[in-house]
Amino acid sequence: MSHAAASVVRIEPPRRWIGLGAAELWRSRELLYLMAKRELQVRYKQSLFGIGWAILQPLLYAFVFALFFGRLANIPSEGVPYTVFALAAVVPWLFTSQGTAQAAGSLVAEANLLGKVYFPRLIVPLAKIVSFLVDLVIALAVLAIFVAVYGATPSAGLALMPLFLALAFLTVAGAGLFLATLNVKYRDVAIAVPLIVQLWLFATPVVYPGSLITGAWQYVYAANPLVTVIDGTRWAFLSTDAPDPLSVAISTACAAGILLAGLLYFRRTERYLADVV
Amino acid sequence: MSGEVAVRATGLGKEYRLGEHTGYRLLSEALTQRVRRLGRGRPPRERLWALRDVSFDVPRGETFGVVGHNGAGKSTLLKVLARVTAPTEGAVELRGRVGALLEVGTGFHPELTGRENVFLNGAILGMTRTEVQRKFDEIVDFAEVRRFVDTPVKRYSSGMYLRLAFAIAAHLEPEILIVDEVLAVGDLAFQEKCLGRMEQAAGEGRTVLFVSHNLAAVRKLCPRSMLLSHGRKFAEGPTDAVLDAYVRTVRADAATGLRDRPDRQGNGRFRFTSLRLESAGRPVDVPVSGRDLDVVLGYESRDGTRVRHATFAVSAYTALGALVLHCQSDVAGAAFAELPPAGEVRCRLPRLPLPAGRYTLNVFGTAAADVADWVQRACELTVAEGDFFGSGRVPPQGHQTVLVDQSWNLHEVDALPRPAAAGS
Repeated sequence: MSHAAASVVRIEPPRRWIGLGAAELWRSRELLYLMAKRELQVRYKQSLFGIGWAILQPLLYAFVFALFFGRLANIPSEGVPYTVFALAAVVPWLFTSQGTAQAAGSLVAEANLLGKVYFPRLIVPLAKIVSFLVDLVIALAVLAIFVAVYGATPSAGLALMPLFLALAFLTVAGAGLFLATLNVKYRDVAIAVPLIVQLWLFATPVVYPGSLITGAWQYVYAANPLVTVIDGTRWAFLSTDAPDPLSVAISTACAAGILLAGLLYFRRTERYLADVV
Repeated sequence: MSGEVAVRATGLGKEYRLGEHTGYRLLSEALTQRVRRLGRGRPPRERLWALRDVSFDVPRGETFGVVGHNGAGKSTLLKVLARVTAPTEGAVELRGRVGALLEVGTGFHPELTGRENVFLNGAILGMTRTEVQRKFDEIVDFAEVRRFVDTPVKRYSSGMYLRLAFAIAAHLEPEILIVDEVLAVGDLAFQEKCLGRMEQAAGEGRTVLFVSHNLAAVRKLCPRSMLLSHGRKFAEGPTDAVLDAYVRTVRADAATGLRDRPDRQGNGRFRFTSLRLESAGRPVDVPVSGRDLDVVLGYESRDGTRVRHATFAVSAYTALGALVLHCQSDVAGAAFAELPPAGEVRCRLPRLPLPAGRYTLNVFGTAAADVADWVQRACELTVAEGDFFGSGRVPPQGHQTVLVDQSWNLHEVDALPRPAAAGS
């Protein structure tokens, strides 16, 4: 019991400012890993294609988009075959949409757990998002194969790919935390989330090239961090035009803002989560 | 080191808001309310102190009991100690690693195998992976599920599931163990095992906080206890003295609690004012399965007049909300053509046919075919195990919702000649 003195827990009424909880989260990284693993296992257990869904979903989207938007609507694709042009956007987009939607519902889904045992609450939505990173990596591999098959040439931007993905992750984490917290208090968030995600899709250059938006508008457009994520991914894998530096800065600032807002709202609500959920 | 304090609570309080702000709602409702409220200020919210001004010290190595009837603040105290919810005022200091067991099997996922769930649940309860690895065999053997570790737990029997869940928790080995009534589950043999495990934890010098309805277990395990009543500390000291106080408050509460309940329906022609349980003419707190039980309902008419054509009903629900008994005076053949303005009506259940467990009682009364008073969850009923069949055996828990008299006999029948193969 010599180490007892080292671990004194003081339970008090919450203060206004309680920090971001990063240190505690780091101490619980093992639990985060296990919860994310649980998500993956549960998602693909007893399913016909198992982890194959991570390959099938982006491909299906890409083919359907190619048929309707590439072939029938003749939307330009910056000189790249439309299918692979769409796939390069669908891969980060699916991570974003699925991660956000799943994180949004996560606190309500785990209400019982939250009411019974203490652990850093951030783990619940984060585990959902982290679990989709696995799907993302698989989908990126599929994208790489398609890039080779269609004879497109990657650019030096490939080296920056981790940064674009980090940008996507921060955005998803911010939006997911915000919506998850709101969902605890207001259950109609669950109904609104699919709609929000759908609208977000149109504000993101998934089925069309981001270069369609020009002039001053492109900087307003860049407030959606996914614009930079997808422009960056296309640049990296398909050698389209590199994203505009100012747009990148705006997107990064916005992603940081979304994350901070989501995190602060989450931390403020966390203290009475178990009483409301 | 024995004089050191492991748990110290000072002036602990937890306030809940009642009414419109309880729980979740729809965003649209929140918005319309906010618009309607413009310029009128906020309406006063109803507040409830579930816990107020509770202070206590638990020295290192002590097993400390917390008793109190439902709504006394036990669960709130547990939740605060387990850091599930934050207190509104006061503070608690916990010296040493804390393990809180508010429920076993929290975070179990039915699709995952026993092995996967052990690691996940262990991590949720605060164990590191190496710790779980080290204790894995012990956990599996304690739970007696060795053959099924790689089977999804959805295929487990409820007994196996529970055993595995408890086994993980039991191997947590914290310095301070906070235990809710996990012992109320499972069969007798398993309950014994759990109690044994807790005794062992106490023997190893751990500090145990045991919160329970199970007075016998508290008496056995805890030399010192605290009684909570209406959110406040009512008594603290040697367990025997505290339990005596507990029984007294239960009686006092049953006598007055019902009168002031705001959550009731009916036209109020008469109202229930008290509910008391009696067995063999004496008030009981925890009736025993198989012994006669009287539910005694006190009532008063609204305007001091006599009430014509009254009926009464008492129904019992399981903790999960399933109806198990419904006793209704007119159906049972009792007619109350005229009631005195105040009185007590007694419903006798010969040989209480409920197995051990926790129930809630609803009370219901009509006057001239109109609902006069209806109180849901009028009282909590904890039934203790008893020899219902007079066989010297206690009915196994979890296998029935009501106990029914039965007789068994056997006689031999001459073997019939086998019929010829059908259909040919």
